[in-house]
Amino acid sequence: MNGPERLEQHVGRLTTSAGAFFPGERAVFCGQDLHASLNDLDWLELYLFGINGRRYTEPQMKVLHAMCTFTSYPDARLWNNRVAALAGSARSTGSLGIAAAFAVSEAQIYGRGVDLRASEFLIRVRSEVDCGADLKQLVRSELKQKRGIAGYGRPIVAADERIAPMMALVREQGLDGGPHLKLAFEVEKILLEGRWRMRMNYAALAAALCADVGMSPREYLFSSMPAFLAGMPPCYLDAVEKSEGLLFPLPCRMLSYQGVGHRRWRDGKSSVQDVG
Amino acid sequence: MSEEVIHSRIWQEEAEPDNAFAAASCHCHGYDVYGELLGQASWIEYLFLLFRGDAPTNQQTKLLEGLAIALANPGPRDAAVHAAMCGGVGLSTSASCLMAALAVGAGASGGAREVYLAMEDWQARGTNLALWQEGLAIKPVDDPADVWPSLGHSAGFDPHGVRCTTPVLQTLVHLAGLGCGQSLIWLHDHRASLEAAAGLPLAMSGVAAAALCDLGCTPAQGEMLCLLLRLPGAAVHALEQKDFGHKNFPFFSIKLENDPGTAQGGKNRTEEKI
Repeated sequence: MNGPERLEQHVGRLTTSAGAFFPGERAVFCGQDLHASLNDLDWLELYLFGINGRRYTEPQMKVLHAMCTFTSYPDARLWNNRVAALAGSARSTGSLGIAAAFAVSEAQIYGRGVDLRASEFLIRVRSEVDCGADLKQLVRSELKQKRGIAGYGRPIVAADERIAPMMALVREQGLDGGPHLKLAFEVEKILLEGRWRMRMNYAALAAALCADVGMSPREYLFSSMPAFLAGMPPCYLDAVEKSEGLLFPLPCRMLSYQGVGHRRWRDGKSSVQDVG
Repeated sequence: MSEEVIHSRIWQEEAEPDNAFAAASCHCHGYDVYGELLGQASWIEYLFLLFRGDAPTNQQTKLLEGLAIALANPGPRDAAVHAAMCGGVGLSTSASCLMAALAVGAGASGGAREVYLAMEDWQARGTNLALWQEGLAIKPVDDPADVWPSLGHSAGFDPHGVRCTTPVLQTLVHLAGLGCGQSLIWLHDHRASLEAAAGLPLAMSGVAAAALCDLGCTPAQGEMLCLLLRLPGAAVHALEQKDFGHKNFPFFSIKLENDPGTAQGGKNRTEEKI
């Protein structure tokens, strides 16, 4: 059935397994009574349960918690955090500032876009290596096709301060033997030995750890969404507590114009007069 | 340490003599905004100038104006407007209503991403019917490395449509009649063949994509313009629902496929109008 008939079947009602609340009685969360059978979960466990209906072991949860805490930087220079801070400086609301900063974190050169691509790369390559493919060849091919590998190299700086503490925790929790983690380091070794000189960054490490606990790329995308969140409220609050408009004020001289020169508007037609 | 700068090919400012943080003059692509454009340029002409970098011709102005009217309000049944109304009915902030409309109206099904994808098709296929027929025969494939969910149908066509709707046809006929560029005219002339190849009727997103190509926009510019141009309807319907109030706004019913019922301590109500 297609077209309007199919739409007609869904008018006014939702059939779902996501959940519902029954006012005054109970709430169902992905097939479980939220207040009766999920009340022992902390917030992140519940959040992850909502993504794939899975429960994780205590050591796994410690690492998954750390994935968020180790990358929540309240630095308002960072582009996503700066959005939250600018909202505070401009006296917008906290929810607006943080929601916008959260959305901006779904970027292609950092954040969720990189997370997703790193996860997809590691899971795909591991599957190919298991089938007998040569890892060095796969790395070369990826670099040729995509001019980079998500999770390796880093904008602004080369080193990643999050790797060492995360690996210390991973070892402490006995989770350092996963195949995707091993693969992630092997890829780094190839990239460092070759002419590329790219180190693994936190995105590849986190993607590998989540692949090792069974997350698909899309599950990992959703699992990593809160990763930057804790760093955002301090940026907003710091800005909103200061005098308005003081966050990174821009004088006119900081605009470097590289466009056409001044010209006159005549009946919708332009003529270049001089170079500005 | 030298002062960092923001680079722009669009905007140039000169500071007031007594305040480095206040502009005395602002030039947009070379035109004096407050000294000349204000009072001489229309809003649509200025919008074109901002995106395309040059003053529009009369045909381009009429085309962008027509597109702006066609997109301004898809009406309260549209998912993006629905999202904005969800903000309005709960007395959420005005910005959150528009953010809701942007988030939903950004989508690859009926939203700005669909226009982006359709514009990419125009770039690749132009007015070559064989290329369109070949491309439309291939179902879009999910990219597991892309944050955008896969599109379940060919971009620019209505996945639930029976035939091209009257407003879509009216828009196509009007915009193609303005004679600005080749895409709209070709789309008008070959609509039936394209619809047959896609197995679906042409949608407003498909008309918008052709119009934006004729305006010389890149897919990224077209996506941005669609996001912007659809906001007026979202805004006014959000405001309207604020006035009507939540008691006059549908809450709908829900049926759970996996209700644990009383087994976990709750009362068993498998279907509830809430």
